Amino acid sequence: MVAKTEYPPDLVRKLEDMAKQLRIDVVEMIHCRGQGHPGGSLSPAEIMSVLFFHHLRLDPQKPQWEQRDRFILSKGHASAILYAALARKGYLPFEELENWGCIGSRLQGHPDRLKTPGVEMTTGCLGHGINIGAGLCLAGKLKGLDYYTYILLGDGELQAGILWEGAMLAAKYKLSRLIAIVDYNGVQLDGTIEEIMPLEPLRSKWESFGWAVLEIDGHSVPEVLAALDKARANGNKPTVIIAHTVKGKGVSFMEGKAAWHGRAINDEEYQQAMEELKQNV
Amino acid sequence: MSNLDNTRQIFGEALAEYGVKNKKVVVLTADVSSSVMSTFFAQKNPERFFNVGIAEAGMIDTAVGFALAGMIPFANTFAALLLRATEQIRTCVAYANTNVKIIGSFAGLSDAKDGATHHSIMDIAVFRAMPNMTVIVPSDSIEAKKMIPLIAEHEGPVYIRISRAEMPIIFDESHRVEIGKGMVVRDGSDVTIIANGHLLSRSLEAADRLNSQGIKARVVNLPTVKPLDMPLLRKCARETGAIVTAEEHSIIGGLGSAVAEVIADEFPVPVKRVGVPDKFAETSKDFDSLLDHYGMAVDDIARAAQQAVKQK
Repeated sequence: MVAKTEYPPDLVRKLEDMAKQLRIDVVEMIHCRGQGHPGGSLSPAEIMSVLFFHHLRLDPQKPQWEQRDRFILSKGHASAILYAALARKGYLPFEELENWGCIGSRLQGHPDRLKTPGVEMTTGCLGHGINIGAGLCLAGKLKGLDYYTYILLGDGELQAGILWEGAMLAAKYKLSRLIAIVDYNGVQLDGTIEEIMPLEPLRSKWESFGWAVLEIDGHSVPEVLAALDKARANGNKPTVIIAHTVKGKGVSFMEGKAAWHGRAINDEEYQQAMEELKQNV
Repeated sequence: MSNLDNTRQIFGEALAEYGVKNKKVVVLTADVSSSVMSTFFAQKNPERFFNVGIAEAGMIDTAVGFALAGMIPFANTFAALLLRATEQIRTCVAYANTNVKIIGSFAGLSDAKDGATHHSIMDIAVFRAMPNMTVIVPSDSIEAKKMIPLIAEHEGPVYIRISRAEMPIIFDESHRVEIGKGMVVRDGSDVTIIANGHLLSRSLEAADRLNSQGIKARVVNLPTVKPLDMPLLRKCARETGAIVTAEEHSIIGGLGSAVAEVIADEFPVPVKRVGVPDKFAETSKDFDSLLDHYGMAVDDIARAAQQAVKQK
């Protein structure tokens, strides 16, 4: 575990509130659209909150600002929480979230860098994030830019061989400005990670590939804050933050269930989910 | 036959020189730099050369990262092995429309000695089916070399084939090259032979033979398979009334298919396709015998032209 650093209580509370708000947005969006991936969009809410509302160097008025930090949602099926974060950050009008997935919308089912401001890379097919992030970091070095590149990975996509091609490459070139975060919720489309294709021992896998590894409770805002700060301070190798999370976090009947990987939320489920999510705000 | 020169070396040297001038260019390779001759680039521009090991899919995605940051990556490995990265190329290059240049070396049957594992007879079919992709098959070393600045300065994904085999010299330094444009290399009025890559020089020979039989064949060089030079194709269909395509690729999905599709749509005339039949080829000690053996001999082209003329 990452040693807890003291962060101002106001900051922590603000980011916790934003995580709760993003969960509400996700459930609203998926209910409204009648499609989407609730489980994996709810699990990284604290991570997305800390990244977009505190940690990343971003300017929504200048989505192409060369100095910006890059964030790639490698688990592109969790687009709902990315769109919610982008809207709340000011990249998109909030009302636009209602159009998600409609013909003509800038918000595709999976993120499309050509259509949506703030979306750094088109994703949705799993396994691409690390190599693309490595290319961004190598280019940043050549150009003398000091941005960091953040890749949010699903745990299931760690089963893809290409991801480990990227892991080797990032270690070879000592890409210390590459920071990967594994949303380790333990559940994939067809069942649990343990049933489908176990990843353990995950920490030592990354370590043996030459990465610095931090392991945290991904639902603890102070731990997410501390891990991201520590990762930035690491000067000679890429860092992965293994964030232990719960799939469907915040909605009791979704938590830990593969059935909620990618399915619609009906009216009754929506009512119950909103009651639970709003209780804590 | 005309003199030969070493296309991969000429292309590799030209890419290295271009990289000295254009600092946005980076080259990625997957453990085959000495084969595809990106070693020249590595010598002249070591800080912009990246060997990713035997990781073709990862190479493409890393190139995508460079492109997102405004660099111009050339990702270079054997054409046959690029099929490993098909999903990466589909999603992260073509769909995401990133400015990645993909060099498919040892293309077609040119790695004759290694056999079907290293023959690339379906690359054009796969890559031309991807929206946003430009697909180029140069017909000699001069043309290959002259494509480098054009594809680097073209905004968007490009796939270019480079042969391992030495290629006959067809053009000189005055040759004008433009993406999306073909050219009439030899005029004629009875049939048009449309070719690229190694099959252009063979098509010119076929035209000589046809001439002695009283058939005046026009020969068109069409290095850009996508986008097609539609005005030129319409003109040839209209003026000669019969078309033969000749390429070092499966007859399914390559230049022949591309031409047949648009001719059927826009100006139907007889079309005959010369290429690799729908089968895997085998190992050969030399490249030219392999082309001859698998239906791409000069006589095969001439025969296809005769048949096309008969069907008019």
